[in-house]
Amino acid sequence: MTVDTPKYRELGLTDSEYKLIVEKLGREPNDVELAMFSLLWSEHCAYKHSRKLLRRLPTEGERVVMGPGENAGAVDVGSGYAVAFKVESHNHPSAVEPFQGAATGVGGIMRDVFAIGARPIALLDSLRFGELDSVRSRHLLDGAVRGIGHYGNSIGVATVGGEIYFEEPYEHNCLVNAMCIGFAKTEDMVRAAATGPGNSIVLMGASTGRDGIGGASVLASAELGEGDEAKRPTVQIGDPFEESKLLECCLELLEKGLLVSLQDLGAAGLTSSAGEMASAGGVGIDIDVAEVPLREADMEPFEIMVSESQERMLAVVEPARVEEVRAICEKWQTGSAVIGTVTEGGAIRILRGGEVVGEMPVEALVDGCPLYDLEPAEPEGWIYGNRATLEAGASAEEELLALLSSPNIASKRWAFEQYDYLVGSRTVRRPEQADAAVLQLPEAGNAIAVSIDGNGRRVACEPYLGTIDAALECAQNLACVGAEPLGLTNCLNFGNPEKPAGAWQLDRAVSGLADACNALGVPVVGGNVSLYNEGPDGPIYPTPVVAMVGELPDPNQVAGSGFAREGDAIGLLGPFEPNLAASELAKQRGELKAGLPRADVAAVARACDVVREAVRAGRLSSVHDVSDGGLACALAESAIAGNIGCAANLNHLRERGAQPEEALFGEGPGGFVVSGDRAALEELGATLLGEVGGETIEIGAGDRAISLSLADAASAFHSLPAQAEGDGA
Amino acid sequence: MIWGVLQFPGSCDERDALHACEVHGDGARLIWHESRDLDGLDGVVVPGGFSYGDYLRAGAIARFSPAMEAVAEAAAGGMPVLGICNGFQVLCEAGLLPGALLRNVELRFRCHQVELVEEGSGERLSIPAKHGEGRYYAPAEMLDQIEANGQVAYRYAEGHNSNGSVRDIAGVSNERGNVLGLMPHPEHAVDPLTGSTDGLRVFDRLSRGAFANHGDGNPPR
Repeated sequence: MTVDTPKYRELGLTDSEYKLIVEKLGREPNDVELAMFSLLWSEHCAYKHSRKLLRRLPTEGERVVMGPGENAGAVDVGSGYAVAFKVESHNHPSAVEPFQGAATGVGGIMRDVFAIGARPIALLDSLRFGELDSVRSRHLLDGAVRGIGHYGNSIGVATVGGEIYFEEPYEHNCLVNAMCIGFAKTEDMVRAAATGPGNSIVLMGASTGRDGIGGASVLASAELGEGDEAKRPTVQIGDPFEESKLLECCLELLEKGLLVSLQDLGAAGLTSSAGEMASAGGVGIDIDVAEVPLREADMEPFEIMVSESQERMLAVVEPARVEEVRAICEKWQTGSAVIGTVTEGGAIRILRGGEVVGEMPVEALVDGCPLYDLEPAEPEGWIYGNRATLEAGASAEEELLALLSSPNIASKRWAFEQYDYLVGSRTVRRPEQADAAVLQLPEAGNAIAVSIDGNGRRVACEPYLGTIDAALECAQNLACVGAEPLGLTNCLNFGNPEKPAGAWQLDRAVSGLADACNALGVPVVGGNVSLYNEGPDGPIYPTPVVAMVGELPDPNQVAGSGFAREGDAIGLLGPFEPNLAASELAKQRGELKAGLPRADVAAVARACDVVREAVRAGRLSSVHDVSDGGLACALAESAIAGNIGCAANLNHLRERGAQPEEALFGEGPGGFVVSGDRAALEELGATLLGEVGGETIEIGAGDRAISLSLADAASAFHSLPAQAEGDGA
Repeated sequence: MIWGVLQFPGSCDERDALHACEVHGDGARLIWHESRDLDGLDGVVVPGGFSYGDYLRAGAIARFSPAMEAVAEAAAGGMPVLGICNGFQVLCEAGLLPGALLRNVELRFRCHQVELVEEGSGERLSIPAKHGEGRYYAPAEMLDQIEANGQVAYRYAEGHNSNGSVRDIAGVSNERGNVLGLMPHPEHAVDPLTGSTDGLRVFDRLSRGAFANHGDGNPPR
């Protein structure tokens, strides 16, 4: 930066945006106002490059209780209860400091959920790192996993599932997406709109310090480059104990009906929470920064307004109720201070004592940011690299072992055992016992299933079709446990939308998501967008992370993914057409290229219906969807999970036009490996592949045959700890 | 039997423990950390979690709470007290149980199903463990003494001692046998749908006074 650079540009505003601010104010903004505008007009807060695209997504559904625009989405699960859920990224903070970045990502998403009055009952995570042979990736993985565990375990919310992929393009820009599920009586839920001029604004929780200042504009809305260590002070520090008290306090306040509305403080701190509450309620707000409890005495008004100190909530309270509210805060040993008032008119005013230090129309601040059209252009061919790690001419057995030990496919037990997945006593299926997490809801008399998916490699090969595949994968995982999808949320992790290729990926992916949701009949109840995920070597794989929540009537009927009974028949259900495009095998051979085959979405949806009904009727011993590594890996995974061998012949796949190696390792949506009584499988229309039993995995496909001991396969599948802890980790 | 379950700021498993107590006994209620009121209770559970954040040392602050003072008095009077995970740490800090819990040898939090062997009967229990500071430690002479007194209640079965606890000890009682602490979580093992029901045997055994005086008072060979 030269001394001549105007301050607004350093804060990430463009010349034309600044001009617009001056126009809306009728004068130049002062420092307080400029800081507030720069944050709320950042990509992170204003969604200025994605909001127009997101209008394509279907958001209506019979079971939707809260949709996009609220702190979290929510769906009706019956008996007067609702399940709230949201996923959010904390990518850039995690790339700078993985432990605190991931921990505060978890803390932040939980606040979104209890802000609407739902008790957090489960967490999931979707993580992306560079390849594990890199010291940096091992460091980031270790830190992020520890951070997630630290926060979730300490606050007592079960981390029940998730996914981790390792790909070169995430080397400099890892992804940490955290999801929280909450449970609430529908009548107790609240919205975030400030109402009732004269009502008090109460800031609850931790005091306000300098941590995280500029996080939203400096970290979240610019590419990462050299010298990111200098940004470490802008990463927030999490305190799960503080949040645990705040959570219990807020839920008690809501249960007693003491709050008019509630909002969490996340990116852009007080600025965004006060601004959004005022905007949603069509009111104004006065905030007196002199009343905000501070960690450091000499903080400037702008610092107080943009601080991203964690574990804080903002509530609107009727003046007569303030003392009662403060008493409950005291009981939970959490801070509380009346820092402002709801006002008539549409201005947000910042005061310090009696002095006005900033005044802006809420409309200009919150909704005034210009929305941009993208200028997408399809890049030519494959814009990412290729690195062969598997020797040409490897045998099918060597290939299967290489795939099973690939960190993308290998068991993630090393990670999930660092998380408490039991607290709350709702966890019916533990991580890796089934394709989706299953949580019982004794209060409502049923259960929910949750899955989070997003194979960025497929999206990189073809953004539109790859995103459809991600949604199908999610739907298939729910079907495996007998659940019917109720709603979907997503986190769109993409590169720079101002570059034509990045714009094209984002544009195509959103269309794919919209078309998949329409075809599956699943409404989008919320979402999050993380752009500018690029490092010195280029953009990440475009990674739309899709999460679905589904309902199942009887958790006792959930089948596991492991083979269960000697002598069971093994079958393949669904319109699976294996193809090596974008597959793990193609990656390991260094043969990735642009393009994906088109899935028959309606046929996959019908297969999900068949599987769901069969599981609910208790007709299957095991169900596992065919995903990374194809049929051979799906069979091996079911065998390892059940600790029982299998013999299967994939020649039937030849009839679908598959070459032997495609039958073994080809990927694509629509396939389920099921086991059970032969007659039941035939009745369901499954293609019979073989039988469960023995202590070996025997798979034949034309001239390619695999014969592996269960122990050797399991040893490859459980090799992640050695890879993750490497030499330097 | 009516159970009370302590609730500190930072407790995590108090609702699970409350539910387990309801399954095991005739009722249960939460006891706020600032309360000394144990009226009408036949037993108390000090649950898992991170009491007061546990930033100083696990259990080091909770032991000074009014509720814990009341529990110490009740324990001295013979009331059954079960400390689970953080509760075990609190009871050790309070001097109600011998020994201490150190960081796991692998220095990682780990959540997994473990097999325990009940000292005396030799019965095996399958219940979950989840902790980062669960490595039981006591000096050799103290260990000899508590073994001689029959105060070792549960050991990890072979291959299940992943935290590095000395002599595979997973749970110990006081001399009288009415105060029991263990790292694994019996309150998470009371429903076949979520894992197993083996945890109920721990509640049962404690409420029957079955941990009392099963040693002969002689140091081991």
